[in-house]
Amino acid sequence: MNLSIFIWIPMIGFLVSLILPKKNETLISATAFGTLGIQLASAIIFAVIWVFQGAEPIQVNDIILFKNEEYVFQIDFLLDYISAVYLLVGALLTFMVTLYSRYYLHREAGYKRFFNTTLFFYVGYCFATLSGNLETLFIGWEILGISSFLLISFYRERYLPVKNAVKVFSIYRIGDVGLILAMWASHHLWGQNITFSQLNNAELVHEHLMTHSAIGIFISAMFLLSASAKSAQMPFSSWLPRAMEGPTPSSAIFYGSLSVHIGVFLLLRTFPFWEFQTSVRMAIAFMGASTMLIATGIARVQSSVKSQIAYASIAQIGIIFIEVSLGFEKLALFHFAGNAFLRTYQLLVSPSVVSYLIREQFYSFIPRLKTLEDRFPKKWQYSMYLLCLKEWNLDSMMYQYLWNPLKWFGHKIKFLNARGLLFIFIPLYFVGIYLQAKMDLLTRPWVEFLPITFSLIGLVMVFKSFTQRRSIRVSWLLVIMNHFWISLAISFNEQYDSTETWLYLSGIVVFGIVGYWCLQRLFTQEGKITLQRFHGLSEAHPKIAFVFLLACLGLTGFPISPTFVGEDLIFSHIHEDQFVLAAFVSFSFILDGLAVIRIYARVFMGPYYKTHADFSSRYF
Amino acid sequence: MSEKFNEQEVIHHLKHFLPAQAPLMDFVHHNTLHAFQHLPFHEALETAHVKLGYQVYFPLDKFRALHADGRISDEIIQRVLLEKLGAEEAETWKGKMLYAHYDKVAHPRVGALRGQWKKQYNIDLDSLVHPTLFRLLGSFLDQGISIWNFPIDGKSFLEALRELEQNSWVSIFQSQKTRGYLLNPLLKISDLLRILVGKNEALHEQYLYDQQFAHQGWSGMVSVVEDLPQTLLDTRIIKLEDLILVELLLEIDALDYKLAGEWQALEQGIREFIPKFHDPIEPSEELKVLSLWQESFEWSYYDQVLKGIQMERIEKVATHQKSFQGLFCIDDRECSFRRYLENLDPSCDTYGTPGFFGVEFFYQPVGGKFYSKLCPAPITPKFLIKEVGSEKMLGKDLHFSKHSHHFLKGWLFSQTLGFWSAVKLFANIFRPSMSPATASSLQHMDKISSLRVDFDALDAQENGLQLGFKTDEMANRVEGVLKSIGLVENFAPIVYVVGHGASSVNNPHYAAYDCGACSGRAGSVNARVLSQMANKPEVRAILKERGIDIPIKTIFVGALHDTTRDDIVFYDDQLDSDEYINLHAAHEITFRKALDLNAKERSRRFESIDTRKSPAEIHEKIRVRSVSIFEPRPELNHATNALCLVGRRELSKGLFLDRRSFMNSFDYQVDPDGTYLFNILKAAAPVCGGINLEYYFSRVDGERLGAGTKLPHNVMGLFGVANGIDGDLRPGLPSQMTEVHDPVRLLLMVEHFPEVVLSTIQKAPETYEWFIHDWVKLVVIHPENKSLYVFKEGYFKPYTPLTKDIQEVGDLDALLVSNQENFPVYLINQN
Repeated sequence: MNLSIFIWIPMIGFLVSLILPKKNETLISATAFGTLGIQLASAIIFAVIWVFQGAEPIQVNDIILFKNEEYVFQIDFLLDYISAVYLLVGALLTFMVTLYSRYYLHREAGYKRFFNTTLFFYVGYCFATLSGNLETLFIGWEILGISSFLLISFYRERYLPVKNAVKVFSIYRIGDVGLILAMWASHHLWGQNITFSQLNNAELVHEHLMTHSAIGIFISAMFLLSASAKSAQMPFSSWLPRAMEGPTPSSAIFYGSLSVHIGVFLLLRTFPFWEFQTSVRMAIAFMGASTMLIATGIARVQSSVKSQIAYASIAQIGIIFIEVSLGFEKLALFHFAGNAFLRTYQLLVSPSVVSYLIREQFYSFIPRLKTLEDRFPKKWQYSMYLLCLKEWNLDSMMYQYLWNPLKWFGHKIKFLNARGLLFIFIPLYFVGIYLQAKMDLLTRPWVEFLPITFSLIGLVMVFKSFTQRRSIRVSWLLVIMNHFWISLAISFNEQYDSTETWLYLSGIVVFGIVGYWCLQRLFTQEGKITLQRFHGLSEAHPKIAFVFLLACLGLTGFPISPTFVGEDLIFSHIHEDQFVLAAFVSFSFILDGLAVIRIYARVFMGPYYKTHADFSSRYF
Repeated sequence: MSEKFNEQEVIHHLKHFLPAQAPLMDFVHHNTLHAFQHLPFHEALETAHVKLGYQVYFPLDKFRALHADGRISDEIIQRVLLEKLGAEEAETWKGKMLYAHYDKVAHPRVGALRGQWKKQYNIDLDSLVHPTLFRLLGSFLDQGISIWNFPIDGKSFLEALRELEQNSWVSIFQSQKTRGYLLNPLLKISDLLRILVGKNEALHEQYLYDQQFAHQGWSGMVSVVEDLPQTLLDTRIIKLEDLILVELLLEIDALDYKLAGEWQALEQGIREFIPKFHDPIEPSEELKVLSLWQESFEWSYYDQVLKGIQMERIEKVATHQKSFQGLFCIDDRECSFRRYLENLDPSCDTYGTPGFFGVEFFYQPVGGKFYSKLCPAPITPKFLIKEVGSEKMLGKDLHFSKHSHHFLKGWLFSQTLGFWSAVKLFANIFRPSMSPATASSLQHMDKISSLRVDFDALDAQENGLQLGFKTDEMANRVEGVLKSIGLVENFAPIVYVVGHGASSVNNPHYAAYDCGACSGRAGSVNARVLSQMANKPEVRAILKERGIDIPIKTIFVGALHDTTRDDIVFYDDQLDSDEYINLHAAHEITFRKALDLNAKERSRRFESIDTRKSPAEIHEKIRVRSVSIFEPRPELNHATNALCLVGRRELSKGLFLDRRSFMNSFDYQVDPDGTYLFNILKAAAPVCGGINLEYYFSRVDGERLGAGTKLPHNVMGLFGVANGIDGDLRPGLPSQMTEVHDPVRLLLMVEHFPEVVLSTIQKAPETYEWFIHDWVKLVVIHPENKSLYVFKEGYFKPYTPLTKDIQEVGDLDALLVSNQENFPVYLINQN
């Protein structure tokens, strides 16, 4: 039996749900829980048969998306006990929560959108957990990221959900790039794209790592970075409670359980790779342990029920990290399932906490209940309390070390006028192309120097796009230009097939034009709008909003556009010793995702600018 | 420019504007715009709109759609225009109502001054200050969510923060400078305002309004806890002043940090005109058009009701043996239940009176550590009633255990309980049932326990409250209730006193579903207390002297109606003889049937229930619904309420009012000079009016005056809900409670002579304010000829309905299944 059926079932369900009439709640919810019901039933039957047949791992090489002599991009699936557990837990929880939401969301304006996004999320979940290689995992990973963004910002007409959705998306973006860099390095390590089942071949792995221990550590570090970003481990923990902005069932299932355990999945999946790297195992255990301690402390002082559950869940995931690092895979899986169920249920019944605890308080109130911490010396006690209350400054640290340097740099390049950038660098780009064509004439240092320069120019473009507030169209064009510069930079690297560039740029061009056209249309109807504030236009222009969202996805290399394969391909041409180039390019990828999402959020989300004054209260 | 800033006065005034909603446990409905109640209704609404940016009416499009659907009648519009503007202007304004276009951008006064930070420095103070501020407040006020409580006990918010700062290596603030400010005990608000806003004191007050209305939910909560510390079981000392001081410090700190000290007081950079908050407002055309629509919308409905009352022809049936009598709460949810009882047993009588049944006291159940107040919120009782019996077993649910949040115990929990959660979730989705998580109306008092109602000189006092009632105190209360509803003769063998409560799960607003006259608790204890009092021979002896002769054969029985589940529990321990037991058994069948039918009538509003099924089947579904964790609408509570009838039951017995009416029984013959009427109106105007206006404002502005959709709500410290973890508290009602509500003011109809009513309402200024400023519309029905008088500008003026005819419905069943929307008024039971 082909594993891709578990992708196709939710995929078809998702596509069907897109075309259903918005008003027909029964049909929409029936499609959702029907899809999940079929998925759950077939997964159970499949798993039972599979176990009876000996539970041998199944590796399926499915579709080859792109292929040349040295590079293959293919969709692979793998079923072993890890993916089986994730598949079953995911199907069961999502099935129950869709049933739950069927009544819970009744009459909600975004009823259809909720089920669309949930199904989309679930497609991504299945892609990721059934993936047989990093490329397939990455597809799922990307879908999870964007659907999380949409679920958190479900109440898109409000300020906080949108703000937090962008925040979470930016952390996810770090995880994405960790994965891209891991893919890049492993491509060089193996000389090919490797499947997960090949990773299980201990000898093969050992043999490769013997000779390339540094790159091996780099890959493991990137896995760990991705896993900890996605699973809200230190220092990324503060995104999880802030993701609880959507309707309670979506918070419960995605941020309480499935989404946060994907990082654990990545570690379980890549375990054979770093099994013999003691330093990596220690790093994972250390990260898990520190998260466990800190998150527990934070959970203890939370006065809101959802943030308390979120931090408690993070602490458990910390323990799961330790379990994985110690090699207790089965225990980790068991723990994952238990934690996922527990937190989902706790979040779902969290509104009951008022009547339950007040009743308990009414009958068994003890003034000033002593806690562990009362035994600490006063100064320790107070300091720890404040530190935990401020979440160890984790959230402000994200600002300090992530946003502030960006803003600082953006400030430094203020002299570069955005429009000017376009006018100077478009001609310059043609000079670049000319140079590339005449590459044979260039001396060696030039060939090394030019790609880095060009990728830096690309980076500056996207920087400007991300930090400038005036013109939306210029921001959009700068993102497009960034991609052009990157492809130019890479093309210096070696003689390669120009079709690869076209593959990469075709998506950019098509989606770039579509997006530009959307903005143009919006301008003719709304007049000039800037990036200074949120405009909340999705209600007034739902169609443009949808098409523009697609354009954004295409432009950021989402798996609907050939750019997705192209991105990976481009990376495969960066040599393993070109760390600077790899850093610039991956940094560009982080930023262009953020820049594009920022444009989308500012234009289409947030309070509607015609009914809300700029300064009106936003913290409701 | 030398307006003096008087700190105490400004804060006192500011507190008046803030939301006044108590913590969730004590949810009591009130007029959301109470701060504007001294103004006439439409003027008040416009003021609130201009100053605070609230939406105060339905949007124009919505009114036009209602007009197109025929829900707002042309004739009524015409009359409203004629009355308000005269014949000359009527035509132009009608044009404006139908076709004018108004730009939507709202620029409320509040927020404009503080918004200058963003304009001048491009800095978003809210996002820098609010999360820390809310965190501190939430942790300080927390009633039991956190595991590690705020470490300092018994001190005020400000003192506690000072102590925390003094003894910690970690600071709340970024800079030592602000830390130093906090530690200075002489620190004053005005000093900080001078730093932030500047020397111009005229701006100081406005700045504080802007600041506090950027998070009106938290400020309102602090203000309520300041005034009523006992509203939190675990009390806290906090003042709005403290909150403002800390917030100002956080603002200075954030500005210093973000702008590296390069900023000046706000007044320096103001380049535009900022309207003053307290200046008189300019009337706007749009608001006037909306107010005209509002009047037309209201009168389109009122007119039918009034016509219906004139048309229905049910006469008081000649005295004969009554089978039973029932006292119910005036609550609009009891309306249809009473109708079904009367239909099933035509020789019964039902009465309505506020659900605390005239007995006000604190109540302490067995094992309870606190007292709960069981009477309307403004009353402070002097009595305490204790439950006597064995200790209750509290159901436990480990999912709420805080141990699961500790990492080691959590490890054990998730490996064990975790899998049980999956089973529980499955069960909860497919077979919902009662669980310890459910807030059930029955939890309030054990059915098998008893209450100590009698005063005992040997054990007279507890904490300043008198234990139990003395005989004459009982007699006064029983007399008061019976005379106010007009039940003074012709007693049936059994008189039921039916309190009400509600059951729901996963519902932080559970207290709003219970009886408002019992401060958001179930009315079972009050029903039982009144019954016990009325059954005492000593009490009856006194009553007899005062003209109420309750025969020996009559017995009072307490009961509780669960409005969510449509279940009833009788506290029938006082029925001792077989005769009564048999009689009661027969009535109990009537009650159960009536409840099945009532469940059916309610079910028409529920999407998930097919109203065509049999009453018993539907009733079962309704019960399941009340314990379903995925059901955000266990019942619709007071949604659609619009009317309040004070008069005899015969006045509306022949009308189908679609559960939209509060009903207070009253017999003008028993009370010719309006003594009891005064008491009724004194309670009905604020209670029913408060409920009505809370629904009104939560419906028209769910964003700022209501709590928005409840689906993303996060419980804060057990006292409030917010969206997400950094949001402002959301007072008001969630949209799930109000979405079917038509925002119309309460039409209070009193059956008495106009001159008596006029002198009655003028007795107390606080009651009169409701009528003279039109927050409640008052109509008098002449008891002899049913002619109508509307209260307008201090006088009763005759009223003739424009509605020509009211349709009669024979088959109510067919009507109920026909649609989910609000029905017009119909005549029923006209034989």
